Amino acid sequence: MEVTTYTNVETFVTHLPEVTAVGVWIKAIIILAVISAIAGFGTYIERKVLAFMQRRLGPMHVGPYGLLQLVADGIKLFTKEDIVPQNANRLIFMLAPIITAATAFIALAAVPVFPDFTIPEWIPVIGGTFVPSIAADLNVGILFVLGMMAAGLYGPLLAGMAQANKWGIIGAARTAIQFLSYEVVTGLSILAPIMLVGSLSFVDFNNAQAGGISHWLIWQQPVAFVLFLIAGFAETNRTPFDLLEHEAEVVSGYATEYSGMRWGMFFIGEYANMITISIIAAVVFLGGYSEGGLGWLTIILKVGFFFFLMLWVRAAWPHVRPDQLMWLCWKVLMPIAVINVVITGIVMMV
Amino acid sequence: MGLEQFKNRNVGQQEYVLLDVGHSPKTGMDQFKQVVRRTFKGELFVGLWVTMREMINALFKGQMHTVKYPFEKLPISPRYRAIHEMLRLLESGHYRCIGCGLCEKICISNCITMDTRYDENQRKEVSEYTINFGRCIFCGYCAEVCPELAIVHGPRYETASEQRASFSLFEDMLTPIDKLNLQQEYDGFGAVTPYADENIKKTPLAY
Repeated sequence: MEVTTYTNVETFVTHLPEVTAVGVWIKAIIILAVISAIAGFGTYIERKVLAFMQRRLGPMHVGPYGLLQLVADGIKLFTKEDIVPQNANRLIFMLAPIITAATAFIALAAVPVFPDFTIPEWIPVIGGTFVPSIAADLNVGILFVLGMMAAGLYGPLLAGMAQANKWGIIGAARTAIQFLSYEVVTGLSILAPIMLVGSLSFVDFNNAQAGGISHWLIWQQPVAFVLFLIAGFAETNRTPFDLLEHEAEVVSGYATEYSGMRWGMFFIGEYANMITISIIAAVVFLGGYSEGGLGWLTIILKVGFFFFLMLWVRAAWPHVRPDQLMWLCWKVLMPIAVINVVITGIVMMV
Repeated sequence: MGLEQFKNRNVGQQEYVLLDVGHSPKTGMDQFKQVVRRTFKGELFVGLWVTMREMINALFKGQMHTVKYPFEKLPISPRYRAIHEMLRLLESGHYRCIGCGLCEKICISNCITMDTRYDENQRKEVSEYTINFGRCIFCGYCAEVCPELAIVHGPRYETASEQRASFSLFEDMLTPIDKLNLQQEYDGFGAVTPYADENIKKTPLAY
């Protein structure tokens, strides 16, 4: 793949082959298949990494090194009884997990998951089709993804409120305060890189950092990177900010009454969100897939690093209290984010 | 320190010593300084390093703790009193029990039943020997009293079975004749655990 730095969206688009509906369909199927598989496999990786960090073996008995644990879990989730509590609001209760999973995957529609490629001519029917790097290359890609992830908070919120369970209600309340608060920090922290690049498209971000490691935005915006990472942990409901379903306090929070595949959809949504946040961090701050022909490999390594970081942090750090969470968001992170935006603006003007 | 001091419950009259636990910040500026100090202290990264170090130890230095239990077992102390074993004489392979009946006599829960008779050589032989494991309290008196080291406690602690009778007959407890060379001599009460010296750990007195 030829690496060229394009200055704006129009010239970039004209250099590419035409994006056909077939290409977008293929891309959508690739995203669904790969991300679902990774999200499922992520649970296995998480259990393994946490186990190793506690000097345990983790799942070992289903398949070699427990690799087929995922299959066993899937069978279990699919065959479990689908319980809807008596006093629950049936419709909303059944809809909420779908919201979580759907918004997580809709967000992935505007995220560059792999570099673009053309299917070889010798493959029948779909040969020669150009598959874009993004299923829907919106010129407001970042806004769309952040908006979709924000819309995803309706999943836990409605689930907690619909299930007629006090732990669910507490989990829903925590969802509202946590996701809404950290949405602000995510937006403000990513605003500074947006100012530098001058575009909301992920492709432009990727191309702006095409000159190797020294061109990565993390060197210009280290504060924004750290802020985005912290807010990303909070938005994906990961330790140290997993207050929504913190077992020691609220049983299982918004997921208390859920069982079977409905519970599994919350899980898939959470892991898809983890991957989304990892991809955004990799594309916006760490150069994305811009390393010539090895782009597909480096983006996987970068996303893998962020995924591992989430598990690593979970193994090492304790939770914070809800009041500490709010304190951290409004009194520390948001002022720093605003100051970062202002300083970035001043430096750009001067 | 005498016992009276412990029995004195009049809290507040003793000479308590306040530990120096530092001071909580009073002014807003002090709070701010504390936050900045803690933020840049790097303790979070120490935590990250500890977990990573443990992972490296587990994966590459063979310090994995897991024992895959039904397939692997930890060595148990020779003092452990599990299901009884009837040992054989190493030379002839004949069972050691001489039918003296001491174990039956000493058994405080009356769970040992034995019957003896004279065989054709006018030697006493055990015609019937059962231990009712529903009654046995595994006190170990039978092993202690046995003059021939014939009945001992074995290391077999997994005693789940479809029926109690699976363990309690003389033939079940007797060392199989083809496993005679594997028969372990009972170390007896007061024996030390194998590798006891290596497993001694320093008491952490530092804190």
